[in-house]
Amino acid sequence: VENVRLLDRLSSRKAALGTLYLTATHVIFVENVSETRKETWVLHSQISSIEKQATTATGCPLLIRCKNFQVIQLVIPQERDCHDVYISLIRLARPVKYEELYCFSFNPKLDKEEREQGWKLVDLNEEYNRMGIPNNYWQISDVNRDYGVCDSYPTEVYVPKSATAHIIASICRSSQPLSGFSARCLEDEQMLQAIRKANPGSDFIYVVDTRPKLNAMANRAAGKGYENEDNYSNIKFQFIGIENIHVMRNSLQKMLEVCELKSPSMSDFLWGLENSGWLKHIKAIMDAGIFIAKAVAEEGVSVLVHCSDGWDRTAQVCSVASLLLDPYYRTMKGFMVLIEKDWVSFGHKFNHRYGNLDGDPKEISPVIDQFIECVWQLTEQFPCAFEFNERFLIHIQHHIYSCQFGNFLCNSQKERRELQIQERTYSLWAHLWKNRADYLNPLYRSDHSQTQRTLHPQMAPCNFLYKFWSGMYNCFEKGLHPRQSVTDYLMAVKEETQQLEEELEVLRERLANLQKSQLNDNKVESKQQDRSKQLGLSTSNNSLANTPQEYSNDLKSFPSRSPSQGDEEDSALILTQDNLKSSDPDLSANSDQESGVEDLSCRSPSGGGCLPSEDSGKDSDEAVFLA
Amino acid sequence: MLRSSQPLTGPNRKRCREDEMLLGTVLDEGERGFIIDTRSAQAAKQARMTGGGTEPKSSYPQWRRLHRPLERGRPLQESFIKLVEACNDPTINMDRWLSRLESCRWLSHVKAALSTACLAAQCMDREEASVLVHGVEGTDTTLLVTALAQVILDPSCRTLVGFQGLLEREWIEAGHPFHLRCARSAYSHARLKQEAPLFLLFLDCVWQLSRQFPFSLEFGEHLLLTLFDNAYASAYGTFLCNNEKERRVGCLCKVRENTHSLWSWLNRPGEKKKYLNPLYSHNTLVIWPSVEPQSIQLWQGLFFRWIRPSQYLDEAWAETQRLVEGN
Repeated sequence: VENVRLLDRLSSRKAALGTLYLTATHVIFVENVSETRKETWVLHSQISSIEKQATTATGCPLLIRCKNFQVIQLVIPQERDCHDVYISLIRLARPVKYEELYCFSFNPKLDKEEREQGWKLVDLNEEYNRMGIPNNYWQISDVNRDYGVCDSYPTEVYVPKSATAHIIASICRSSQPLSGFSARCLEDEQMLQAIRKANPGSDFIYVVDTRPKLNAMANRAAGKGYENEDNYSNIKFQFIGIENIHVMRNSLQKMLEVCELKSPSMSDFLWGLENSGWLKHIKAIMDAGIFIAKAVAEEGVSVLVHCSDGWDRTAQVCSVASLLLDPYYRTMKGFMVLIEKDWVSFGHKFNHRYGNLDGDPKEISPVIDQFIECVWQLTEQFPCAFEFNERFLIHIQHHIYSCQFGNFLCNSQKERRELQIQERTYSLWAHLWKNRADYLNPLYRSDHSQTQRTLHPQMAPCNFLYKFWSGMYNCFEKGLHPRQSVTDYLMAVKEETQQLEEELEVLRERLANLQKSQLNDNKVESKQQDRSKQLGLSTSNNSLANTPQEYSNDLKSFPSRSPSQGDEEDSALILTQDNLKSSDPDLSANSDQESGVEDLSCRSPSGGGCLPSEDSGKDSDEAVFLA
Repeated sequence: MLRSSQPLTGPNRKRCREDEMLLGTVLDEGERGFIIDTRSAQAAKQARMTGGGTEPKSSYPQWRRLHRPLERGRPLQESFIKLVEACNDPTINMDRWLSRLESCRWLSHVKAALSTACLAAQCMDREEASVLVHGVEGTDTTLLVTALAQVILDPSCRTLVGFQGLLEREWIEAGHPFHLRCARSAYSHARLKQEAPLFLLFLDCVWQLSRQFPFSLEFGEHLLLTLFDNAYASAYGTFLCNNEKERRVGCLCKVRENTHSLWSWLNRPGEKKKYLNPLYSHNTLVIWPSVEPQSIQLWQGLFFRWIRPSQYLDEAWAETQRLVEGN
């Protein structure tokens, strides 16, 4: 569709005119401006909702909201066209079959062996060995080999040695006991005993129920519920109330509404954020993780964690606890292993929760998003403790929804095997690992004290420690973020230092050799100079160019947040960068323009010429200050 | 950029030819200027009753007046006290923390101050117009705006030396009454009439800038915290008294002869290092901050200084320094 306008969400003055394309997998908007032809790509799987707004004199507005929090506003001149686009997008954004998803057509031009290697990168058998099992107390059981006992669990599960095959039906990462009001389950009780015995250092175990007590009690009426302490000897019960998926879905919705407010006051923002309850939920998950980590690390007591079904809050809380306890999971590889283990292999319902396919909207909930945010909050509190950076977390979140890779499809290992995911799609982990230089945290040192131990975040008083994650929820609003990333700068510094040190070594050797033979000293010196020019860090401050936002509410004056000149040049660089990387663009790079640009400007050997200086031409659509 | 106190038009709308001539010399034929009044239009009008007032349009035809009310005086001090109370309250749940923070209004004041300074900067940089800033006396919100605007506009004010010069010029010599304003701080029950944390608000705004532009200020948070401490209680004479007259003539102590200057200490080579920002890289451009609520954060380093453990952040800072210096 031609002559479509893409509005800047905050200033209707900054509309870009271009052409809208719909392909089988993407919506693409290409700007008409001939030199740059800036492109905006959106994967259909990322689309969360489409809103057709009332037709105005300028055309028919269409609002696309994405699961990665990008919001795109288009104005289509003809109502008929707009309607067609709307209907098409609705259908495209709600695939019915797995084969419609992008991962089945995505082609990164790798051969069969590379694809296979990619899937093998994260190996859970290796991980269990690293954890020290099987051992005297824990063994592997194949009772679920055909998914006969539990179809949402993997084929291989680890159980206490003292548990006979017949009680293995209840498992350590459990769902709620089907106790009802008075029924007992002997197998359950025996299983818990077996678990307790697997830890000879303690004479009791904690049973942590992550539901609010009221919900658990209500479940009793339906024949489920929670463990009756009288029936189970040597357990200590603990409710750590985390709300259910419906509450979380609504919470996120409310928070996004706050993000969409136009020119909110500080009050609007803070009240809105509080009303959503989002940070409260994040803190609840974190507190549960902290409790468990303390029990294991400080008290040496085993912990059984469950909620209603065992695939949402249980996963969140166990993963957070694991991160706190084991520094391995704070490395990049370890984190991928953690997600593979606690979420993918144990049947977190990715399809239902994140809507790979069109399904029940009541099953949708930002469960893994919350876990990822907990991790980010931890990286803010412990900046040296994690090997990866914020961008790593954001890209993982984007790809959980993008369905560009096959890792997060379906609801269980069983379903994924049936669909032959590993033979027909590619692994996200391999892709991230290949680009791991972009995802490193320059402040991480494996020998640092912060990285080696259990992390002990404060539980109280610490409300203030939880910040609003504008890097995630305002990801696409460039004006809100610093134009140059400290992370990228420090990574570049680190790299250059390393290169210089290696260079120094080489030169030292050569000097030693020269002192023996007789060579022209000048040659050595000029080489050294050339090298340092090449490695010169660009800390040029042209990259800090930005334009003022609208500072005055009542007087329409200046262009709003997104720097305009900056965008034109930035996107030219992005297209180039994509061409260099691979023939199929990494779509997360397209939508993550900010970081892409910063990488380039920081490492450019040619110096600071990449981005326009702030004074390179006044914006033509700046209104006169006073109308 | 100019600053002054309010024109004394009074209830009879007196004219002052000298004022008009003075402002007239600033503008050429056909040029325009902006007057940023840090009071609301209504408050400015009411000021006439007590001998003050605003510039009548007819007498200053080339100047356009804008009102940007900024909090000062008792309400600002109350806001500060409430915030410190909230930060120290161990009983607040996460449910209520944000609304409690909002009710202190401190962050709203930060947003308003930054917005107004940016407005002044925009007038100069984008409109290429002269700007006159005043409130009532010209010693409180006026200085907040002019000093902040200079940090935004002028790269030399962002160097360690330049920033000190800015403080001397725009706060100390300009007559901000430090002795009255920085008396007892937030814990005191005394509730002195003249006490108000304008200088802290300024430092908070500078901290917001340093967070949004981590490479553009030559100094770090440590300097801002040190200045905050010394404004209230100091081993040095820099922030003593209320104005130059008191420091030289009025005060019994004769500040210059009998005390040492904070700047002389800060600039000693051994000390200086602590205040420098390892990420600093001279930036000749104007830095335009975002004043959206998401971009303005609570200054944890100040308000939770004694509450939260800074160990992990200190380690991160040390690591940053190590990386940069190693290079």
